[in-house]
Amino acid sequence: MKTTPSASSLMSRENLYFLVLAALLLLVFPVLLDAFRLNLVGKYLTYAFVAVGLVLCWGKGGILSLGQGVFFGLGGYCMAMFLKLEASSPEATASQSTPGIPDFMDWNQVTELPWFWQPFHSFSFTLIAVVMVPVILAFIIGVAMFKRRVGGVYFAIITQAIAAILTILIIGQQGFTGGANGITDLRTLMGWDIRSNEAKTVLYFVTSGLLLACVLLARHVLGSKLGRILVAMRDQEDRVRFSGYDVASFKVFVFCLAAALSGIGGALFTLQVGFMSPSFVGIVPSIEMVIFCAVGGRHSLLGAVYGALLVNAAKTGFSESFPELWLYAMGALFIAVVLAFPNGIAGLYQRYLMPLEKKMLGGLGKAANTRPTAAARRMEETP
Amino acid sequence: MTRAKVTAPGLKRRLGWAGLLAWATLGLPGISAADDVNSTGLAVTEDTVKVGILHSITGTMAISETGSVQAEKLAIEQINAQGGVLGRKIEYIQEDGASDWPTFAEKARKLLVNDKVATVFGCWTSASRKAVLPVFEQYNGMLYYPTFYEGLEQSPNVIYTGQEATQQILASIDWVVKEKGAKTFYLLGSDYIWPRTSNKIARKHIEKKGLKVVGEEYYPLGHTQFNSVINKIKLRKPDVIFASVVGGSNVAFYKQLKAAGIDLTKEKPLLLTISVTEDEILGIGGENVEGAYASMKYFQSLDNPNNEAFVKAFKERWGDDIVIGDVTQAAYLGPWLWKAAVEKAGSFDVDKIREVFPGIELKTAPEGYVRIHENHHLWSKARIGQAQKDGQYKVVYETEDLMEPDPFPEGYK
Repeated sequence: MKTTPSASSLMSRENLYFLVLAALLLLVFPVLLDAFRLNLVGKYLTYAFVAVGLVLCWGKGGILSLGQGVFFGLGGYCMAMFLKLEASSPEATASQSTPGIPDFMDWNQVTELPWFWQPFHSFSFTLIAVVMVPVILAFIIGVAMFKRRVGGVYFAIITQAIAAILTILIIGQQGFTGGANGITDLRTLMGWDIRSNEAKTVLYFVTSGLLLACVLLARHVLGSKLGRILVAMRDQEDRVRFSGYDVASFKVFVFCLAAALSGIGGALFTLQVGFMSPSFVGIVPSIEMVIFCAVGGRHSLLGAVYGALLVNAAKTGFSESFPELWLYAMGALFIAVVLAFPNGIAGLYQRYLMPLEKKMLGGLGKAANTRPTAAARRMEETP
Repeated sequence: MTRAKVTAPGLKRRLGWAGLLAWATLGLPGISAADDVNSTGLAVTEDTVKVGILHSITGTMAISETGSVQAEKLAIEQINAQGGVLGRKIEYIQEDGASDWPTFAEKARKLLVNDKVATVFGCWTSASRKAVLPVFEQYNGMLYYPTFYEGLEQSPNVIYTGQEATQQILASIDWVVKEKGAKTFYLLGSDYIWPRTSNKIARKHIEKKGLKVVGEEYYPLGHTQFNSVINKIKLRKPDVIFASVVGGSNVAFYKQLKAAGIDLTKEKPLLLTISVTEDEILGIGGENVEGAYASMKYFQSLDNPNNEAFVKAFKERWGDDIVIGDVTQAAYLGPWLWKAAVEKAGSFDVDKIREVFPGIELKTAPEGYVRIHENHHLWSKARIGQAQKDGQYKVVYETEDLMEPDPFPEGYK
């Protein structure tokens, strides 16, 4: 990668992969799948946002977070609060003892909309909050942890604890949050019925488009000097620190970026599924999200997208075909990933398919010949 | 009703068309009959009708929901043995909600949109029901929901075959006050909507009688340390502990009560629970909960011919060691109520069935006679049982009349 020609061919190759994904999401799926399946793919793609964020902070930055569900959930709750307020107009809730507030508040004898719900009447505030609420929390966690040089396993455990804390908080404060049931029965977005098949299709394209944009953004970050520093930090944190870089700030930045992506994913999830509940915030979904990323290949942005798609599709497929056995099939898949191909789908591709491709394409020139091995080596190094 | 746009017809659909073609060439007159009983494109043929079963058979809720699945399958098999519904054999499509609420919503959509099932029996927790509710309302499906729950809901697309909170609570509190002379109560539950709502209803009822609630506490789901609340109970000496602790927490709670020297058989204090069925006692152990009272509408030990036949059939089908709790029985009612409604309406159309719901009755229910109320809940009797060492309840009281379901009690409207 030292010479410019190979770097440029790398770019074009990555562009090609990106275009393949774009074509798959924007053309192939919408043509081949019926509305129900397309909506499912849309839901899977919202998890891909989290997986892309994890590639940045875990695969490249070496920060394993087991609490990404927190940011996914916060983004989702922000959107759900806006939609719930819209669904709880005084006319629609006239039979309540306090009309105009969400139904679960009424059941819990809350008689006034709490102050932190008020701003969610505004759509533009909600859009900002979807990104900023996760980012602010990530910033606080990041500053508190990274400035004190807490990292590795300790950081992972703390993020997991935060996921547990937030779940308990949401369930406990059911008058304000909807409790264990979550915020349900969301109907319209600015008067537009999000439950119709047409709306679901539109939301699918919005999700795909945003995801592709996020992948481009992440690629841009990784391609910059910042990306190199991240990888350097992952491999030799002390050397980077001794070279004069403020390691903590870089870590905080990439952790916040991953949180922002997760928040966007969460908001889109709420729109597509029509509700939000604490079951997406806790430890189990957070670990699942790490698995999506691991299956896809934690070093590869596009791999993470395929990982999220594949694992979720397998989940749906197995559970439809073998309702009593499907969890074993999923378990087998994960064990296979860890034992047989630790770099996930992307690693498999680099190792087996690329040499094949190379043989078939034969004389594409030296640049293409040397690159895959370099890439494969890069993939196999463990942080 | 919205239909999914299908750009690439699935195998099933193609087979469906092929089948239709073959059948149409064999006997054309059948078409009009099928249209009469099914004008909305449900998966109904001349000899079969498809229904859905949607419960968690994996994940944390699997232990609780398995009984419901078994009961629904048993009911379907029995109905088929009697000739089916409107002459059609019931075929069920089972999906796993996996104790995960969006999965429930996803599978509900699949059942209604792709499989076009005529009805769905399913869900257990309130959270899963809340998740599928918009789906059932959007596609005009019908769900039979078996669990006793907090009320505060009345959907045109759900039939609630379990008790709502007032049915479980009011009669049982009247009973402890009248028969046991209870004056003070300690309310204790897991921290989510059902115990909280139940305790609100209980508190209101207790205070209306001029009696006293001396404590009210909630613990997170899965909590296992009840020593501090047990100490408080010993200190305040309530006449009644009114408990709505759910799931695995029960095991810790009853063991710790016993370890702290509170012998429930002495009834000082007396323990009245609305959450421990025979299924839970399996986990808690009969010796730990012996003497406690439970307010439910069904106990396995109910002495009537319907229940005898039901328990016998259930054990023959699913094994001798099985116990049958309140929710299992309520789940068993679902297919039978649906059959009764379909036959009264003469159609599988959800809209036509909805019209005939009020007054649909079941004389063969294991719990005795039940009837569907205008509000889609069941009129049913409330019963109190006392837990025995062998894990069964001995029925000590039942209301004379059917209790009217009241999902939106005063103060909750």
